[in-house]
Amino acid sequence: MSALAIDARGLTRRFGDFTAVDAITFHVAQGEVFGFLGANGAGKTTAMRMLIGLLEPSSGSATVAGYDVVRDAEAVRRNIGYMSQKFSLYDDLTVQENITLYGGIYGLTNAQIAERTRKLLGRIGLEHARKELVRRIPLGWKQQLAFSVALLHQPRIIFLDEPTGGVDPITRRRFWEMIYETAATGTTVLVTTHYLDEAEYCDRLSIMVDGAIAAMGTPGEVKGAFGAASLDEVFLRLTRPGAA
Amino acid sequence: MRTILFLMRKEFLQVFRDKATVFQIFFIPVAQLLILTNAATFDIKRTALAVVDEDRSTVSAGLVQRLEGGGRFRIARYQPTTAGIESALLDREVTAVLRIPHGFEEGLVRERHAPVQLQFNAEEGAAAGIVQAAALAVLGDYARELGVTLPRGAAGAMAVGAPLELRTQGWFNPSRNYKHYMVPAILVSLTTIIGLLLTAQNIAREKELGTLDQLNVTPITKGQFITAKLLPFWILSLVIFTMGLMIGKVVFGIPTRGSVPLVFFSAGIYLVVALGIGLWISTFTRTQQQTMFVALFIMLIYLLMSGLFTPVESMPRWAQWMAEVNPVKHFVFIMRAVLVKGAGWETVAKPLAILAAGGVGVLALAVRQYSKQVQ
Repeated sequence: MSALAIDARGLTRRFGDFTAVDAITFHVAQGEVFGFLGANGAGKTTAMRMLIGLLEPSSGSATVAGYDVVRDAEAVRRNIGYMSQKFSLYDDLTVQENITLYGGIYGLTNAQIAERTRKLLGRIGLEHARKELVRRIPLGWKQQLAFSVALLHQPRIIFLDEPTGGVDPITRRRFWEMIYETAATGTTVLVTTHYLDEAEYCDRLSIMVDGAIAAMGTPGEVKGAFGAASLDEVFLRLTRPGAA
Repeated sequence: MRTILFLMRKEFLQVFRDKATVFQIFFIPVAQLLILTNAATFDIKRTALAVVDEDRSTVSAGLVQRLEGGGRFRIARYQPTTAGIESALLDREVTAVLRIPHGFEEGLVRERHAPVQLQFNAEEGAAAGIVQAAALAVLGDYARELGVTLPRGAAGAMAVGAPLELRTQGWFNPSRNYKHYMVPAILVSLTTIIGLLLTAQNIAREKELGTLDQLNVTPITKGQFITAKLLPFWILSLVIFTMGLMIGKVVFGIPTRGSVPLVFFSAGIYLVVALGIGLWISTFTRTQQQTMFVALFIMLIYLLMSGLFTPVESMPRWAQWMAEVNPVKHFVFIMRAVLVKGAGWETVAKPLAILAAGGVGVLALAVRQYSKQVQ
């Protein structure tokens, strides 16, 4: 058992001739908020899908919550929550029905489901829409709901794949508050984003370029290493060498 | 177990909330059963017949009268020469042509026999055979009535009423009510198509929407997943089957000579196979479109080679061998045997065992092949 929440060593994924993720090695400590940055197509989502057992690595290895992602995929699944880039709750079920379904799948009792539903909806201010079909609620709320449902079984590690894509700045802010609240309870957070201002909120971050990790550390360390004033500048230098 | 119940509840909620699906499950099969049963019958009623009466005699007129009187034929054309007959056959204006040659009556009186000629459009083989048999019956009756025989005529002509009396009687369906024969078969087809497509499309849809990924990161086991996807549609398919059977009984008066519980027991096993095939298809397809294509391809083969439309016995050897592993064939056999012939356990034990083995096999395959990982 490793004390690390995530420990990836030389994790690689190839699709035919294309190497989407090229031997990345990194680790995330328990309770950390770790940011996965990179341009579209840099390999963030592919890397995340290998960590949560949706995609088999071509080579390399990783443990999540101390379990090997290939050999112990089921144990990994019991310990993680995942919010995908594409909204993936059931549109044609109500808010409550979605919560009940996932509560049931993770083996919560009816009493636990009722209690957690109440807390969860209170936290995001969605009590009034409990019986509303998910397809009818606004995107910002949908995203917060998806995040909350991914946390329903109180996983040790939560994976968020571009959780703030397409939402307004106020909801984005609210989202990061939720991420902090989650981390404060000891849950590890791995979040991908391409909003660089959000990256400043992370404890540590990595910047992926063409499938490889080009920079890693605290926001301060990364900026320091490149002698840059902002993460924006670092990002531009990494992704468009010659510019800036 | 509890996980499965939660997942099943979700499927039912989704099915009953979607009006198109509800329509597909409860209305379409009922409508199709009513329409298809009335349309897909081999029974002949008022078949269009052309009579070329070159003889124009009392006897020929009597024959025409008897043909028309039976209710199975309608004299669409009545003419003294063959002019325009071939195009009438080709254009399907008439199904058959009866030619009564010149000298028909005279031949009968003098030589006690005379030829008539029956021609029909053989493009529709099955229908032609039935028309032929029906016409022969009328001619035979008339020949007996006249106390004469009408032997073989010119090339392509039909021998009628030979001294040997030929009397056919359909066993188990003595009234020759083809609806009794067709309802079970059409019902099996409908239940198969709807059940299999619903199941296969359901998973494909979840793949497309991305909701399957969310389920795949949970600790649901493959067995739980397959069971939870199978059971709701199995129940719905049994409901469709029950509705169809009731319509068959009430509207078409199909017999239920054998044990009804045996029919349902067989249906339960058969549906595991049919839906299992749907599940198995959806384990390797990625979109609803692909799923639809593969499912239709497989279903077409199964339905057409089931003996539903053409008897398995008249297929080539290899096709007969293939039919042995065709679940539709076995279930249609069981349905017809139990409902129409009143067969019991002994008769259906073998096909039932084959179906059960198929069900176990296809489910094992689906569970084995279902991957929580995307490719």
